[in-house]
Order: sequence, then C-alpha cells, then structure tokens
Amino acid sequence: MSRALPYPLLTAALLLMWLLLTSFSTGQLLVGAAVAIGASHAMAALQPSKPRLRRWQLLPKLLGIVVLDILQSNIDVARIIIGGDRRDRVAGFVAIPLDLRDKTGLALLSCIVTSTPGTAWVEYAPDTGVLLIHVLDLVEGADWVSLIKNRYEALLMEIFE
Amino acid sequence: MTAAILLWSVIAAQAMLVAAMACYAYRVIRGPRAQDRVLCLDAMYVCAMLLILTIGIRTGSAIYFEAALIISVLGFVSSIALAKFLMRGEVIE
Amino acid sequence: MTPAENLPAWAALLTAVLVLLGAALTLVGAIGTLRFGSFFERVHAPTLGTSWGTGAILLASVVCFSALGSRPIVHEIMIGVFITITTPVTLMLLARAALYRDRVEDDANVPPRTMLRRRSVNAAAPESGDEPPRG
Repeated sequence: MSRALPYPLLTAALLLMWLLLTSFSTGQLLVGAAVAIGASHAMAALQPSKPRLRRWQLLPKLLGIVVLDILQSNIDVARIIIGGDRRDRVAGFVAIPLDLRDKTGLALLSCIVTSTPGTAWVEYAPDTGVLLIHVLDLVEGADWVSLIKNRYEALLMEIFE
Repeated sequence: MTAAILLWSVIAAQAMLVAAMACYAYRVIRGPRAQDRVLCLDAMYVCAMLLILTIGIRTGSAIYFEAALIISVLGFVSSIALAKFLMRGEVIE
Repeated sequence: MTPAENLPAWAALLTAVLVLLGAALTLVGAIGTLRFGSFFERVHAPTLGTSWGTGAILLASVVCFSALGSRPIVHEIMIGVFITITTPVTLMLLARAALYRDRVEDDANVPPRTMLRRRSVNAAAPESGDEPPRG
C-alpha cells in the first residue's frame, strides 16, 4: 500500500497479538504499534509476493462453513474409530482438477482440506492444476470432486481471483 | 458440589490425555515406518500442550499458558525439521 | 489446589464439559492411530485432537479464566490460531515425504505421478451422488 505502512493487515495482526499476550493498556499499545510497524517494514525488505484479497467480506462465511464442516467430520471420523471398521469402508486417493491458481487461495484450501479429519492434501501438480487428496472413507456415491470444487474452491476463487 | 465436579472432570481429562500420549508413544516406538513416528511425535506435542493447559485450569494459574504456547511453537518447528529430513535426508537425489 | 470454589456454577460446569469433550476427542484420535492399518489412514487420526479437541480445551480455559478474573481473557485464541495453521503444514509435508519414500520403493498402494494428469481424473473419481457426507 503506502510507504509508511507496507502491510496493513500484518501490522494490525501483530499489534493485536502483542496486546493479547501482554495487556490492553496505552503503554503496551504504543510499544506494540512500534514493534508491529518495524516488523512490517522488515517484511517489506524481504520482498515477498503480495497476496491480493478481492472480496475479504466473504472470509467470515468461509470460516463459518469450515468450522461446521470440521465439527461434522470430527463426529464422522470418531464414529469410524469407535464403532469399529465396517467391512466396506474403503480409503483411497482422489484426483481433483482445480481451477484455482492463486497461491494464497491454494494455501488456504490446503489448510482447510488437511485440518478436516477424513481428508488430507497429498500432492498438487502446478502445471496441470490437479490435486491429489487422500480420503479416509470413500462412501459409495459420494462425489468428492464436486464437494471440494463447489463448497470451497468456488468461494476461494471469489475471494482471491 | 460444582467444585468437586470440575476437579474430577479435569482429573479425568488429564487421565485421557495421558492415555492418548501413551497410544502415540506406542506408535513412536513401534511405528512401522519413520513417517508414522514423526506423525505421532507431532501429535504427542499437541497432547502435552493440552495437558499443560488442563493443569492451568486445575490450579487457576495463568503461568501455564506461556508454557503451552512455547511447546506448540517448538513442536511445530521440530516436526517440520523431521519431515523435511524424511523428504531429503535419507534418499540420495 | 483448585480455583473452582471461586467459580460460578455455570462456568464450572461448562468448563468441566468442554475439558472432558476435548480430552475424549484427543483420546479417540490417538486410538485411531493404533487401529488404522496404513500411514495415509493414520494421517487423519491426530486431526481430531488438533481441531476440536484443542478447540474445546482452549474454550474451557477461556471460560474458566474469564470467570475467575471477571473479565474476558482470550489470549488462548493465540494457541488456537497457531495450532490450526501449523498442524496442516506438518501433515502436508509428512504426507508428501511418505509419498516420495513409497514411490522410491515402488509401493503398489501409492498412486503414480500419472494420476496428476488431467485426463485420468474421471477414472479416479467416484461417480456423483446427492448429498456427499464429509469426514
């Protein structure tokens, strides 16, 4: 953005973290702001590629969907572990052709997929855009490709592209 | 009454976390392959962090929070280093 | 020893339930690593403990200390954010390392690199259904 504040989001996050770890007082606010601004200038000196957020308003919606999905799959996986294995439970790999190309979006998608119990990000080919995930319970009839593409990828593409 | 309920549920939770660490420790020792060991070592770090948080709830002291934060940071760094080693260390490219 | 005498009843009960829930989820995940047969199945088990297992115990800690200090204390969120960001990174690196090591040894259970080509996608994916279950 500007020369004074190269990474406003990073600066705000660092300041918030400083205040959470110490206490909410005026003195800590000043020290934290100094540290956060200094750190964001250090970050600018590293010259990383700048992620672009097109529609950050959708981030809370994504967060809500992900938290509920993780809760649901926690229950599913716990049931698989406690209830013993069904004979027909098949674990396996699924290949998914992705249209999302934004690096930050892909990183976010990988965190979502892996932190959900039952699915794990295994490999991604940047040249073809095909993603390989491992699924714990390949239920008959479940369409993992359209699940990942419609539920997460569409929203991520709206946010980042 | 509620104090006793809280105390005993925290003790039960600590027992469950220790049991979880024992399961992971079994995999770390007997795990068929190196990646199983690293996976369960990483999970043991998380369990230890949760155990320290429950000690904090039991004693009502906020000091344990910092210890938990440091354990989660160090656990991440060591697991990443081990995973990188698995990818690059053993096999000559 | 215990601060529970100073806690209001609702906070003590809520803390107790959340602590038990989190510890139980973590234990179930740990048992999962014992029961599953292959590494790629075992990758799924610890995420039980690192997602809602950690989340429940952190929430319990927030409730307990907020009620004790009679003001909102939310620095536990830091641990939650940190764990949710770092665990997937570790698991992803481990999965890639495992895939790499298995391919070097020509393990038949591991998909070959050709699965990452666009045209083989349809053969690998199961056909569509209505409401896909997650997990």
